[in-house]
This record gives sequence, structure tokens and C-alpha cells, in this order.
Amino acid sequence: MNESVEINKLRDVITSIFGSDAKKDEGQHPFSVLTYILPRDKFADAAKALKKAYALLAAEWATDETPFGRGFGVFACYRKGWEYLIVKADVPVEDPAFPSLTKNFVPAYRFERQIQSLMGITPAGHPDSRPWIKFEDWPEDAWPLRKSFDASKPMPRVDGQYKWVKAEGEGVYEIPVGPVHAGIIEPGHFRFQAVGEDIINLEERLGYVHKGIEKKFESLSWEKGAGLAGRVSGDTTVAHSLAYCMALESMTGCNLTERANWLRAIFLERERIANHLGDIGAICNDAAFAFMLYQLSKLKEIVLRTNHKLFGHRFMMDKIIPGGVAVDIEPGAKKEILSELDRISKDFEKLAVIYEESPSLEDRVRGTGVLRPEKARELCVVGIAARASGLNLDCRIFNPFPPYNQYDRIELGVPVLITGDVHARTWVRVQETRESIRIIRYMLENLPDGEICLPVNPPSSGLCGFAAVEGWRGEIIYWLQSGPAGEINRCMVRDPSSVNWLALEQAIPCNIVPDFPLCNKSFNQSYSGHDL
Amino acid sequence: MIRILRQIFRTGIVTEPLPSEALSEAEEIGVRLEEAIRKRFRGSLAIRQVDAGSCNGCELEIHAINNPIYNCERFGIHFTASPRFADMLLVTGPVTRNMEIALRRTYNATPPPKVVVAVGDCGCNCGMFDESYAVVGGIDKVIPVNAVIHGCPPTPVALLQGILKAIG
Repeated sequence: MNESVEINKLRDVITSIFGSDAKKDEGQHPFSVLTYILPRDKFADAAKALKKAYALLAAEWATDETPFGRGFGVFACYRKGWEYLIVKADVPVEDPAFPSLTKNFVPAYRFERQIQSLMGITPAGHPDSRPWIKFEDWPEDAWPLRKSFDASKPMPRVDGQYKWVKAEGEGVYEIPVGPVHAGIIEPGHFRFQAVGEDIINLEERLGYVHKGIEKKFESLSWEKGAGLAGRVSGDTTVAHSLAYCMALESMTGCNLTERANWLRAIFLERERIANHLGDIGAICNDAAFAFMLYQLSKLKEIVLRTNHKLFGHRFMMDKIIPGGVAVDIEPGAKKEILSELDRISKDFEKLAVIYEESPSLEDRVRGTGVLRPEKARELCVVGIAARASGLNLDCRIFNPFPPYNQYDRIELGVPVLITGDVHARTWVRVQETRESIRIIRYMLENLPDGEICLPVNPPSSGLCGFAAVEGWRGEIIYWLQSGPAGEINRCMVRDPSSVNWLALEQAIPCNIVPDFPLCNKSFNQSYSGHDL
Repeated sequence: MIRILRQIFRTGIVTEPLPSEALSEAEEIGVRLEEAIRKRFRGSLAIRQVDAGSCNGCELEIHAINNPIYNCERFGIHFTASPRFADMLLVTGPVTRNMEIALRRTYNATPPPKVVVAVGDCGCNCGMFDESYAVVGGIDKVIPVNAVIHGCPPTPVALLQGILKAIG
């Protein structure tokens, strides 16, 4: 099969260049993703070689493996087409440092600052040593993700100052915004340097809603972990708990019934529809076209009410559990969802025409907040932002679970635009909403019979699990590791926002200050999913 | 333009009264409440929403009470951008260590008399995020709280009821 040649490409790069230096990690469960352990000094070389093979960096994180009698582990996850590949380097406790990947992959910039801030491992050669998420008033030696850190106690506050990027020159001024900024929105700080109305630089400062989620996972049982995953980012509760459960199932080798998988897909698409409807309306509203917001928030409310009525929760929180789902679709409910979709789709199509035919709106959304395709690739962006900037990425195609892998039946269309502006990000949402409505109809008509949930055995010690799921914002990655007693030793969460926030920063310069809310809304990132 | 007008007229007014199970409770205080808003706030209650660390689920529902179906403005409620104009702070939580100072400042920037309402299970008692190095606690650990609205997240009806109750 041609497919298998493609799948093994990144693996071939690693094995051919590093030969016997690259050891396959046998601790990984066969259902999980392929992992190679490299000597620490080859960590950045691997990044360089994989970049040459057109791989993108999906995530980078560290683990504390002292419970196993080892030191730390540093991981980088790469993606190319169908293939995910993890490169791991062992780091001794007495010398906590590793070669930085930032010069090869820009998104490593923040991943590595985060590794340094929370795990206390230094990325050697990183251009920016300022902490990230860890604020200046934390004690410098507080590394919460280390096992030696006591997470139940509050930390003392110390003095400190964050070093902002400065711009100087005639007529340059600064606008600081946040963390409590206008509107019903999560907290974050944005600092603009501007000349007249034109923004010449934007610096983000995030971390305000850091709740210590990754550390919290380590004190929970595997079952309770699904509940916490559902609260990483409230608007993506289905996709996050799904990714967590799939990572856990990949460790235990649990095979779900077909019905459970299909129900998960239906919930995932319903979450996508609800959020896209809200987003399209809110983007138009930020261009002063309030009509669309009111019309579309009405449609969104219809979806949420149906969820509440049929599944017991407006956002379907806690409905995805390890082994399957917690709620079934009854025969009567199918009819209800179908008629709801008819109603939404009828109104939605009318509104899509109005969106396209309003020149005043077009004037605001076209050519605004442009993220060029080459930039998007450099920043390894995911999800809506990637597809609006020419990158054909969608886990439902490239890393599918059933029913998405039944291509001849689902035939999922993935919209890819190349202009990378606010309009492109809006239009990707419009087309995805249509696709989601279409495939939910198909899935409801062809829903297989069977159990909705199977028991999941807790994983044994020293296993790792991996899952990548296409939430409505984009690819969500969970990576789990079980400890010596079979408990959660590490749960790495990578929300699409963790990568895409950097893209917003890059898309803003050369735009005018009043267009920032519009650009920001078109990305609509999660603060909570990023800060963890 | 014709299309927009046609869609507006075809949609009509979709605002609906509170559902019957919520109606009795809301009605009970509703009359006194409107009276109170008229007297104490001259008919308009300005709310500043503060996210002190939530997962953004509560924010979605607070957005929802502004949608045309719940239309909270008919009760004289509107959301303001600045705490300086606010009569009420609607705070979601848990309060993170990194938001503690900002929340205090927002509270101090709100002129008295002011009402603070803690929203959601996390805002009320920390929810799932208790005992963390990064979390200070529920809202009442940081600023005085007058009323609480439970739920994960609270539904729009629960939010409206909670706000009405807090002033009633």
C-alpha cells in the first residue's frame, strides 16, 4: 500500500540519520504513537532533520520520571500528514538542561519557556529566558510540575518585574490592555506599540487563569481525570474529554463499540456547530454588524437547548467517559435532532447569503489580520487558523477515529482557504458548519446498534497514551503516562490555543488598533486552555 | 438590504418569558425587584463581569443571557465595560493566584454601594480546582460576596434568577 510508505516517512528519517542512537521506546503501548529515545545532545538535530522532511512541531513537554528512578524526560511531538512521531531525550536530575528547538521550530518558543517555568529544565540556546505562565511574583525555585513540589500549599509572593518589549521613537506610544478588559471575556494582557492608528508590535502576556490543571491531574484517578479534562476549556468540553479518554483507551487497548464511537462523533460535531454559530455572529458584531450576532445567537441557543433536553447538559459536559459515552440517543431524539437541524440550516443559509452580500462587512473582514500561508507553516498553527491560511490539517482526516475513517461513507469535506484574513477564518467556519450539519444527519440515519459504554481497565505501570482530536478550534493533543503504581504520573494537555496565540501576535502588526478586537475574535482562542 | 429586513421581520420577536418552573420564583421577587432597581439604580442595573480564573463555561452562559431569547436588558440589566460604572460584579472563578490582585483592584475600582455575585461551582467553592498551588480559593476568599449562583455552568435561567435574587 502506498499509504504505509507515507506513514513511515518520519520514522525513516530518524532511523536512517541516527541509526543505533535512536532507540524505540518499548514502554509505549502498541496502540500509542511511535516514540524514539535519542541522546540528549541529538535532540535538536532530530528537529532539524525532521524539519527538512517537512514535519511540523505539534507539542513539546517535559516529565518528571524520578518515581521510576530516572531523571527528567523531554519530549517533542512532530506531525506530518498521517504520521505523528515523538522524540524523547532523557535529562539527568543533576544537570537539568536540553538543547532548545526554538531556532528550528518557532512554536517551541513558548513550549520551552513553559518547560523552564514549570518543570525547571533549561532549554539551552533559547533566545528568551523570561518565564511564561509563571508570574514574576512566584518564588524562582517553584517548579510545580516536579514531583518534589508540594502542590497543596499556596506559594509566597516575592518581588519581581516582567521585562516588556519596548519600542522607542518619535510618535511611538503604548496601549496596555487587560487582564480585566472590556466585555464578557477571559483575562489576558495585550500590550500594543503603535504609531498613529497603526500597530507596530503586539506582545501578549497570558497565564492569568493558570489553575495548575496538569498538576491536578496527577492527584486524580483515571476516571475523575475525564471530568477535569472537560473543564480545561468550557467551550470545548466534548473535544477535551474525548481526547483524554482516547489517550487513556490507547494505553489500555480498550476497543469501543461502534455505536459509542459514532455517538462521540455526533457530540463532537454538535459542539462544533454551536461554537461556529456563536463565533460567526460575534465576528460580524465586532465589525458593527449586530444583526448577524442576534440571528446566529438565536440559532446557537436552539442547539444548546436541544442538548439540554436530550442529553441533560447544554454543553454536554461529562457525557464522554472512558470506555464510551454516558448518554444515548433514543429513537425519538433522532427525529428531534433532524428537525432541529432543518430549522437551523434553513436560517443559516439565508444568513450566509447576507454575510456575502454586505459590502460594508466585506470591507472590514477582507485583508484584515492576515496570517500568510508561509507564516502559518512556520508557526505550525492548527485548526481553523491553519485551514484559513492554506494548511490542509484536520485530525478527522489525518488521524481519524470511526466513523471518520470510513471515507467512502462520511466523505468529509475540509475547507482550505489561502487568504488568511478575518474573512477566511469566518468562511472556514461557515463551510464547516454546513459539513457538520450534513454528517450529523448521515450519522443519525446510519447509527449502528450496540452498547454505549464498555468497562476500561486501569492501565498498568509505565505506559504512555496519546490522542489527537479535532475540536472546533483545532487539534487537541493529550499525552498520558502512568506511574509505578499505575496512577497518573503526567497528563500533558495541548489545546490548539497553545500554538495559535503566537499566530495572533504575528497577524496583528500593520493593522489598525480598532481592528484588533475583530482579529482577536476571528481567532477566538481559549485563555483557559492555554494557561492550564 | 431587503434580505436583511425580510429576515428581521420574519424572525419577529423571539424573546420569551422565563419558563414556568422558573417563573414562580422569579415572579415572586420580580415585582419588588423592578421596584428596587427603579429606586436604587434608576431603572438600570450595570454589571461588570470578571473572569477570575474560570474555564470559560460560565462566560458562555453569561453571553447567553444577552441573546435575544433571554434578553436580560428587558429587566433593566446591562453589561458595562468598566467597573467604574458598575453596580454589580458578576465574578466567575476559582480565583487563581495570578488573578487575585487584578480582582482586588477591580473590586476597589467599583464605586460603593456594590453587589458581588459569585457565579458557578468554582466561584462558590472552588469546584474541581481545590487544593492547588495556583488557586487561592472561591471568590469569597478574596473579596466580600453578597450572593452565589451554583451550577457547572449555571444555566441562563439560573443566572437570571440569581441576579434577581441578589438585588431583591
